Amino acid sequence: MADNQLLALSGVTLAFAGNTVLDDVNFSIPRDAIVSLIGPNGAGKTSLFNSITGFYKPQGGSVRFDGQELLKLKPHQVTASGIARTFQNVRLFREMTVLENVMSGMHCRTKSGALAAVLRLPSQQREEAEIRAFSEECLAFVGIADEANREATTLAYGHQRRVEIARALATKPKLLLLDEPAAGLNSGEKVALTELIARIRNELGISVLLIEHDMGLVMKISERISVLDHGKMIAEGTAKDIQNDPKVIEAYLGQDDGEGQS
Amino acid sequence: MTSNSNGAVPTHGLGPFLQDARLRWVVAIAILAFLVVAPMIFGSYITVILTNALLYVVLCLGLNIVVGYAGLLDLGYAAFFAVGAYTIGVLTIQFGFNFWVAFPFAVLAAVLAGVIIGGPTLRLRSDYLAIVTLGFGEIVRFSARNLEITGRASGISGIQDPSLFGWQIRTQTDYYYVFVVLAIIAVIASFRLANSRLGRAWLYVRHDEDAAEAMGINRVQVKLAAYVIGAIFGAVGGAFFAANLGAISPESFSFEQSVLVLMAVILGGMGKIPGVILGAFIIILGPELLRDLGEFRLLVFAVGLLLIMLFRPSGIWPGRRGA
Repeated sequence: MADNQLLALSGVTLAFAGNTVLDDVNFSIPRDAIVSLIGPNGAGKTSLFNSITGFYKPQGGSVRFDGQELLKLKPHQVTASGIARTFQNVRLFREMTVLENVMSGMHCRTKSGALAAVLRLPSQQREEAEIRAFSEECLAFVGIADEANREATTLAYGHQRRVEIARALATKPKLLLLDEPAAGLNSGEKVALTELIARIRNELGISVLLIEHDMGLVMKISERISVLDHGKMIAEGTAKDIQNDPKVIEAYLGQDDGEGQS
Repeated sequence: MTSNSNGAVPTHGLGPFLQDARLRWVVAIAILAFLVVAPMIFGSYITVILTNALLYVVLCLGLNIVVGYAGLLDLGYAAFFAVGAYTIGVLTIQFGFNFWVAFPFAVLAAVLAGVIIGGPTLRLRSDYLAIVTLGFGEIVRFSARNLEITGRASGISGIQDPSLFGWQIRTQTDYYYVFVVLAIIAVIASFRLANSRLGRAWLYVRHDEDAAEAMGINRVQVKLAAYVIGAIFGAVGGAFFAANLGAISPESFSFEQSVLVLMAVILGGMGKIPGVILGAFIIILGPELLRDLGEFRLLVFAVGLLLIMLFRPSGIWPGRRGA
């Protein structure tokens, strides 16, 4: 089992000041898959993302990625190990161009230091050219190559989301985590996003995990869907399984609250 | 919105001015020519002041890396300046080292000082960091005041003039040219750092620490690098400052010195190299140009600075901050 899973969480428990946000979560992502994580607001989806990427430190459990334990790692180490992410609210670097934003992703794949920069060593110059070229490639892949020299935060919202994806791709990940990538997009942009996610997996061989509220998009693209509610994983399966799962329906309709327990 | 119609590589630190490469060379050569002939045109008095301004260029560019690029407020920058100067003083006077043998130790001492102060404190938010650096500046000054080896309050005097490949650096004009070279090296190093992987990482971390971490950037390491490199600039300035004056005392490295350097950086425009250079010259030359006003000159100068900050809060130099 271990080897065909790219990411495997077992017994992950996270609490803030006594409030359990994630409760003994078991969850896995096969290699080369597109998986979605859904659930009502406040279910703990973004907390799960933050626990995988090292921003939160779960109190218990394990997060194994490609044979490596991530739980003790810092966010930059997680990225270096091959997981890239986007943020729920687009977080591009202000006052910098689109290309410079994407170049940030190459930081952990390169190593020239201060001295090499000051002396303009050939190795540093080569690396700079490499960073630029690969970043341009990533921009071309998401389809906004001609915006490379614009200030990133002046782009249309849909394009800013693409910059974030290009920036994540520039880290050369094995797994890409997208936190509500369709939020704020119009229907045309959503179709394009669906195609882009499929291309990321099919052409680049990068697995994708997405948190998304747009059920149309989720059902269409995901090979597997996991449902999180009140910090617990309540269902896992294909789109069809999930749509017919009474627990999922209950979680979304919220029948359980108030009147259910007496 | 931005001026990149020609598809040019974004030039860090230049703003909308001087985007044209040819114009940039013309301006650079004109400034260089002026610097070379200045001591011949002006008297020795002005040469001394220009030397001081060039020292400030080095210090301000160093602090600019810390404050302007990495966004870390440092209120004790004079400490690194002091570390450089005192290392030269102590090693040449107390241990009889040659200036050039002592020089690498001055740089090394600055690196150590940068790591010692930066290592434990860089996890702090910027306002706390400002207080810690303020304290560090005072600790260094008080240590120099009280230690036997640093000559206590009277400091160290009799520091020998260094010679370089048979050229004995002795006169005021000699030192002036030494500082011209140092300033040029500082400018080139600043530009190259700004346009490098590390230079970009400073901006990423300054703009959004979490997003930078998510991109795989070790923010503590990147900030520490800014601190250490800033410290090296300060120590190099301090080393030649010590050689130039031949005598140093704790009062040369007061809090006021840190504030003046910081003021020059903010005045010129944090993160904008030409602006920072301009700021250094204004801070040093301003009070001199106003000398005719007698005792009112500092008042007039201060009001002038206030007005500049009111009307140009992101510094005199135009263009976006830090890029």
